[in-house]
Amino acid sequence: MDAIDRAIINKLQKGFPICPQPYAQAAEEFGISEEELISRLQAMLDDKRLSRFGPLYNAERMGGGLSLCAMAVPKEDFEQVAEQVNSYPEVAHNYARDHELNMWFVLATETPERIDQVLGEIQAQTGCPVYNMPKKQEFFVGLHFEL
Amino acid sequence: MDSLDRAIIEATQAGLPLTRQPYATVAEKVGSDETTVMQRMQAMQEQGIIRRIGAVPNHYVLGFRGNGMSVWEVPEDRIQSCGEMIGALDYVSHAYHRPKHPPLWNYNLFAMVHGRNREEVMDKVEKIATLLGDDDLGHDVLFSTRILKKTGLRLPGDKT
Repeated sequence: MDAIDRAIINKLQKGFPICPQPYAQAAEEFGISEEELISRLQAMLDDKRLSRFGPLYNAERMGGGLSLCAMAVPKEDFEQVAEQVNSYPEVAHNYARDHELNMWFVLATETPERIDQVLGEIQAQTGCPVYNMPKKQEFFVGLHFEL
Repeated sequence: MDSLDRAIIEATQAGLPLTRQPYATVAEKVGSDETTVMQRMQAMQEQGIIRRIGAVPNHYVLGFRGNGMSVWEVPEDRIQSCGEMIGALDYVSHAYHRPKHPPLWNYNLFAMVHGRNREEVMDKVEKIATLLGDDDLGHDVLFSTRILKKTGLRLPGDKT
């Protein structure tokens, strides 16, 4: 990881041009060629320093439903409940966390109405109440790592 | 959003092509032309459908291994200023106002805090507590102990 890779990550987290040759335009700032920028980005994607490069879409603006949900699952049932929850394709991420509410998952559905339906099904299937925590307001999404 | 927008989203969901003219490459995939694709993506960015185009660093691989979900109880009528203040901190991603579920859950402000390790995250959480002052009616940090599932968000209409 050299200074140029660091500069690329720091700078390109913030945005990327929409023009016919955006890599050429962005490369100028780093004092490298278009080809070199492309190959450095490819290398950072290959070794997973970048998880992706491209447009970040906002699911809700596309008309779907999105929510963060939490459950308090008894220890002895945890694995089974995790399996039941994960079996829904609408469950995008699911994390075990160290709290009484020990299972936290993100639900992304095709329609907003589908959220309550899935939560109802999960509740019925697992016997554990699901706490629905859809966002009321967003203050910031993103992060600038200065490397 | 029409079928061309959807096709563009589908073609770029995994990433922007690493070709000299990436928007022309996308156009080829969706049966359109470069200018139209650029206009559509520009419009989607203005509408907020595209948050931004750019690099998404993998914080874990880059050494930021401590990520804690900090949760705060702040007065409902102070949520706006508290949320904006926390969202502006450079070590916070994803700051949201969410509903309480008393008595089990009294926190209404969520902020993901990133640091190189847990200790650094805890230091930053203490900094936030100091910044909030009297508006901090209680807080906690939830660290993830295990990833149970991680797939990307699916597109509405995506049946796979």
